[in-house]
Amino acid sequence: MACIEARGLRKAFGTTVAVDGIDLRVEEGRILGLIGPNGAGKTTALNAILGLTPYQGELMVLGRDPWTERDQLMRDVSFVADVAVLPRWMRVSQALDYVAGVHPRFDRAKAEGFLAKTTIKRASKVRELSKGMVAQLHLALVMAIDAKLLVLDEPTLGLDILYRKQFYDSLLNDYFDRSRTIVVTTHQVEEIQDVLTDVMFINRGRIVLHCSMEEFESRYVEVTVHPGQVAAARALKPIHERQVFGRSILLFDGVDRQQLAALGDVRTPSIADLFVAVMGNQAGMAPGMVEGAA
Amino acid sequence: MNTQSDAVPEASRDSQGIAPAAMSPTRPMYWSVRRELWENRSLYIAPLAVAALGLFGFLISLIFPPKDSGLAPLDPAYRPAALAMPYSHAAMLLILTAFIVGIFYSLDALHGERRDRSILFWKSLPVSDLTTVLSKASIPLLVLPLLVFAITVLLQQIMRLLSTAALLMSGGSAVTMWRQLPLFQMELVLLYALAVMTLWYAPLYGWLLLVSGWARRTTFLWAVLPLVAIGLVERITFHSSYFGSMLKDRLIGFAADAFVLHAPGSPPLDPHFILLNQLTPGRFLSSPGLWMGLAVAAACLVAAVRLRRYREPI
Repeated sequence: MACIEARGLRKAFGTTVAVDGIDLRVEEGRILGLIGPNGAGKTTALNAILGLTPYQGELMVLGRDPWTERDQLMRDVSFVADVAVLPRWMRVSQALDYVAGVHPRFDRAKAEGFLAKTTIKRASKVRELSKGMVAQLHLALVMAIDAKLLVLDEPTLGLDILYRKQFYDSLLNDYFDRSRTIVVTTHQVEEIQDVLTDVMFINRGRIVLHCSMEEFESRYVEVTVHPGQVAAARALKPIHERQVFGRSILLFDGVDRQQLAALGDVRTPSIADLFVAVMGNQAGMAPGMVEGAA
Repeated sequence: MNTQSDAVPEASRDSQGIAPAAMSPTRPMYWSVRRELWENRSLYIAPLAVAALGLFGFLISLIFPPKDSGLAPLDPAYRPAALAMPYSHAAMLLILTAFIVGIFYSLDALHGERRDRSILFWKSLPVSDLTTVLSKASIPLLVLPLLVFAITVLLQQIMRLLSTAALLMSGGSAVTMWRQLPLFQMELVLLYALAVMTLWYAPLYGWLLLVSGWARRTTFLWAVLPLVAIGLVERITFHSSYFGSMLKDRLIGFAADAFVLHAPGSPPLDPHFILLNQLTPGRFLSSPGLWMGLAVAAACLVAAVRLRRYREPI
């Protein structure tokens, strides 16, 4: 059974189509990065997966229909929607008590262990914590839940780089094992490149690209072309070309690495570079609309 | 009231030991109600503050007794009623406080969680919309009445102790007062009155909860203006005021069904001094107004549960 399976998933708000017929299959044990410009439909798709919004089409998460079975589904799914959703009036100790009270798979000792590594006081109210501490608290709560699927929608939004690094480190070291599945969206693409097993680009409600990171690394090659070889390189049909310090950097899809090595310095592109290339090739895409990539 | 929960409660400790499937279905309900009390501390602070104020006033009246009251020789038939007056005043004040607190609580219950976006956190946990709405409805329908009863009983006992002390210090005897003040009977009547009013006002709370889950802002206006508008349209179109009198009946109509207001051959009912034989629970339970109201309350709650599934932060 796939962790997430969608066929023709569609969601419209009035005349605006946020998710336009997505087919999707996420297997167990993957870490999928969902990358897209603002308004691409990422959050809407995640909300459908989490049972927060009704949708058209077929969608099964862990074998359940999220819209009609949200409360049962949430025994096996955790999500961090945004750092600001923890109730501001709540004390840290109350948050622990409450989640322990309502969640059958919450391991309180584990959460206390995570909190012990931070400077968060148990008697503090959420409103008294800094943004980074709130994110730490939420992550401690979520990581102490023995869930099969964890959904992170911009979990590090507004956090400084130290917190962001720490966030993904503890996620990988203390939480992820091969039986869990993680879906994450973020604008800081470059920070999660090494974390992901799969990447998906989404634009205007459609999936533009979906591949595993192994596939990504073997398919895409970026070449800083030697000045004399530009014409030869262009003949191999790059999907994107940009200039850095007067040198041409060309991005190729499925062209032999050996062949390209003769034309210049070869490397695997960053997800951000590929994102810019793929989005730039989408018709009608203004340059300024690609945010956060690069 | 336990607000300080730094100590690990027993209930949360055993969650680690038991198998996930063994979680009792009432636990999310229990913790959801506690959650409401953590968030809305005014639920118990307001009645406690009013009780403290009432006690202070009573103390003043003991130290400086008003000339024309208290233990002055009265018609013996009216003495118990005069004695009971401050006690029933205290009870009425607390009932009124709980009513106001309950109204403001209900108006915010399903609105606040959307306003502060915390609804996304609550929805990330395995708690159904039904449990959430029922836990919020239980505050005005169960928690507040019981709280008011407990605080009132406590307050009245303290008041009786204080006046006993005052009587003894002034050299009098407290025996007459203890014999003539039917405090236990008054507390039974209070429990009955609280149950009656809670059941009678249930549709009101249900409506406010529904509006709080539905309106994006200004919940108070959305709760009140439609009722005013219906009354106005009826008046202009049909020159009648059935809707208005229906609302008025919803506010005070319980009294006629739940108590003997005018028994033949006896004085009219004194709201400060209701005796057990003046209660008519049978008539109240068989009044169509009660059951229609409960049906409206149930419909509002069902709608609020359905609605919460679609709700997101505003």
